[in-house]
Amino acid sequence: MESPNTTKPKTRLSNSNLLFMIAGIIFVLMYGFALIRYPGSFMQFQTFFDLFNLNAALFIVTLGLCVVMIAGGIDISVGAVCGLVTMACAMLLQSGAASIWGALLLALAIGTAFGVLHGFLIAYLEIQPFIITLSGMFLAQGLLTTLHKDPINVTMPAFVALRNYTIEIPWLGTVNRLGYFIPCEIKPGVIVVVVLIILYAILMKWSRFGRNVYAIGGNSQSARMLGINVKRTRFFSYVICGLTAGISGFVYLMTTGAGNIGNGALFEMKAIASNVIGGILLNGGVGNLLGAPIGTMTLLTINELIRAAGVQSNLQAIVSGLLLYLFIVLQSIVMSLRGERKFRIVLPPWLKP
Amino acid sequence: MQSEIILRMEGISKSFPGVKALQNVDFVLRKGEIHALMGENGAGKSTLIKVLTGVYEKDAGQIILDGRNVVCRSPQEALSMGIGTVFQEIALCPNLTVAENMFIGRSQNSFVRWKEMNAKAAQLLDSLGIPASPTQELSSCSIAVQQMVSIARAIDMDCKILILDEPTSSLDEDEVKKLFALMRELKARGVGIIFITHFLDQVYEISDTITVLRNGELIGEYQTAALSQIELISKMMGKALSDVSEMKKQEPQTSSDSVPVFEATGLSSAAGVRPFDFRIEKGEVNGFAGLLGSGRSESVRAIFAADKVTSGEVKINGKKVKLKTPLDAMKNGIGYLPEDRKHEGIVGELSVRDNIILALQVMKGFFRPLSRKQAEEFANEYIEKLGIKTPSINTPIDSLSGGNQQKVVLARWLLTHPMYLILDEPTRGIDVGTKVEIQKLVLRLAEDGVSLTFISSEIDEMIRVCSRLIVMKDREIVGELSGMNVTEQDAMHMIAQGGKGHV
Repeated sequence: MESPNTTKPKTRLSNSNLLFMIAGIIFVLMYGFALIRYPGSFMQFQTFFDLFNLNAALFIVTLGLCVVMIAGGIDISVGAVCGLVTMACAMLLQSGAASIWGALLLALAIGTAFGVLHGFLIAYLEIQPFIITLSGMFLAQGLLTTLHKDPINVTMPAFVALRNYTIEIPWLGTVNRLGYFIPCEIKPGVIVVVVLIILYAILMKWSRFGRNVYAIGGNSQSARMLGINVKRTRFFSYVICGLTAGISGFVYLMTTGAGNIGNGALFEMKAIASNVIGGILLNGGVGNLLGAPIGTMTLLTINELIRAAGVQSNLQAIVSGLLLYLFIVLQSIVMSLRGERKFRIVLPPWLKP
Repeated sequence: MQSEIILRMEGISKSFPGVKALQNVDFVLRKGEIHALMGENGAGKSTLIKVLTGVYEKDAGQIILDGRNVVCRSPQEALSMGIGTVFQEIALCPNLTVAENMFIGRSQNSFVRWKEMNAKAAQLLDSLGIPASPTQELSSCSIAVQQMVSIARAIDMDCKILILDEPTSSLDEDEVKKLFALMRELKARGVGIIFITHFLDQVYEISDTITVLRNGELIGEYQTAALSQIELISKMMGKALSDVSEMKKQEPQTSSDSVPVFEATGLSSAAGVRPFDFRIEKGEVNGFAGLLGSGRSESVRAIFAADKVTSGEVKINGKKVKLKTPLDAMKNGIGYLPEDRKHEGIVGELSVRDNIILALQVMKGFFRPLSRKQAEEFANEYIEKLGIKTPSINTPIDSLSGGNQQKVVLARWLLTHPMYLILDEPTRGIDVGTKVEIQKLVLRLAEDGVSLTFISSEIDEMIRVCSRLIVMKDREIVGELSGMNVTEQDAMHMIAQGGKGHV
């Protein structure tokens, strides 16, 4: 008698890739719907590029947080660190004491400092990441308001030039009503986003560190037994996240040109939502890094769609919230149908396979 | 067949506060040998393995590996010396691929060479006959295959000694066969395997040698072929040294028309015990006998609804009731003292007093708290009644010895005045004196009309206390022994042979 669950070697899609695929499909459907429903605004390539132009900093924050989330952690200080960096860099540039490179260095230093602090407390002293990064969030917010209360517009010529610099794509664009061809424009921040996506994707897929991050996110106890330095890996995941938040602050400043206490507000929440939509689970260990930008794009498209629909602004939040519920329940159902113990949810009888 | 000795442990002793876990134990493993390490709960099997792999530091004795005296400080160090362990709980990462699980944490290269790694993994899986593909996610493999991957990793790290700790407990028959095929392959390669299991049939199928431990002491090393099952069981269960001459168990005061206190028909639970019938009379003490893993704990957990009950009908005092949760059972006058005292019994940080009143408080509901004065009265009453040795009622229960902790948990249930009390291994890991006290208490309670079910790994203890033994094997009731003149021999024969017809 042959037992029914005899295992045959078969390679099926990994959970990470399955969730990534779902995220991709959701985005394509969403954008496709937008194209059909509101061709006026979405049929332009510039609209697509503007998602990146205007939100480069959010994309970057999401990438760093993605690494921490795959490691099974969380960092809710990223938004506040991003905001703090914009203000600190703006003050530095405006004071004329440093060049753009000096400001960039400051941004990296602030981000790394927070990352090292959080990484040490969480990895080596084994304190809950939520509490630690919550403290970090308050600290960064406090420092931000202490530095300067009013917005600072950076007027340094070299910086203004950088802010206004755009890259034109001559072969891509739209013809306006007067018949002029307007090429699409890309901001330098977008280049940073693309470079970081490529770098981080390589890091997570091909580096020893990246695979160790997956391992500790999957099961840190096992990872330790397999000979992985769990603490060091966890530490560096937070350092990378902090560093990335620093970069995002600088890119934020490059986009808006001003330091402001409202900068980066709620980025941590948007980044978490983006990652979850992108198939990076809060439990850790599961997710494709490329899901992070896909998730951000989906989140931004939702907002654009709601704006295009002309819904009242208070309804926008409601609709985004409801859509988020929908996606996440959908993910859970798919994972649960796969029979993964980790994701099992109670399914109503009509959904059982 | 006397081949080369690769591991020799001599005079190993290890104690924990209040317990001598190992006393002067010797153990020898030869090249290409499958050596079963046998013993009941608390016999010291896992302590011995943990000493060998460096989880615990030994108090005395030496470990000689390949003729050299060695000291391991961590499982990683043991692994580097060629001692690999595969635990019942799989220590791999479910979200990584099979190949990654075999190689992660072993290379110092900054980058992963996927192609090379997958090719190496495929070759190894092939040579060991493991049905898995290197690129599949580990979580998509069955538990058996995951275990084999874990073994393959150890083999690739040149392990000369492989410890398999209860590897078969979550495998089905087919998977066990595959695992055994792999074990034979490794044996042929000269790997020495230490095999720990509680399935006797498997021991006889695969092992060459058996070492039996009991109460932290070495009973002996035997050739499997020369040791019958009944001998093995009697060596594992043995006799506890205690004077119990003054104890007298008694027949339950039943008349033919009496209604059982508790009666179940066709009861089964999600924990995997086969449907069984069970009844207990007022003032009766009965027990589930059987080896560890035979389903004795699962049965009583089903009675108490501690596991999800999947079928069956329950009558209490002749009235049909539905028990869905432990609270339902408690409200119907059933108490349950779990096997795992540390995790399911005591609440470590709470005081002795709070631990004692816990069950009563739960039954009253948290909105009607016991007054402090009342709680103290109750606590003091039972501390005296059971002779609990504690500095004060406010002492955290953690700091008490195992025997006293057990008495506190007992007091907790006695305070609720149950009419039916289930005690699962109440005497495990506690000293002989307290053991006898608890046994006497059980008999006294029965005299007062409480019905009890008593489970113990020590068969002689059960025979002393219980007037009826329900014998289990392989998660099924295989027989019943009752009367005043049941002997250990009877019980062991039934355990050894009872299930034969079903396997």
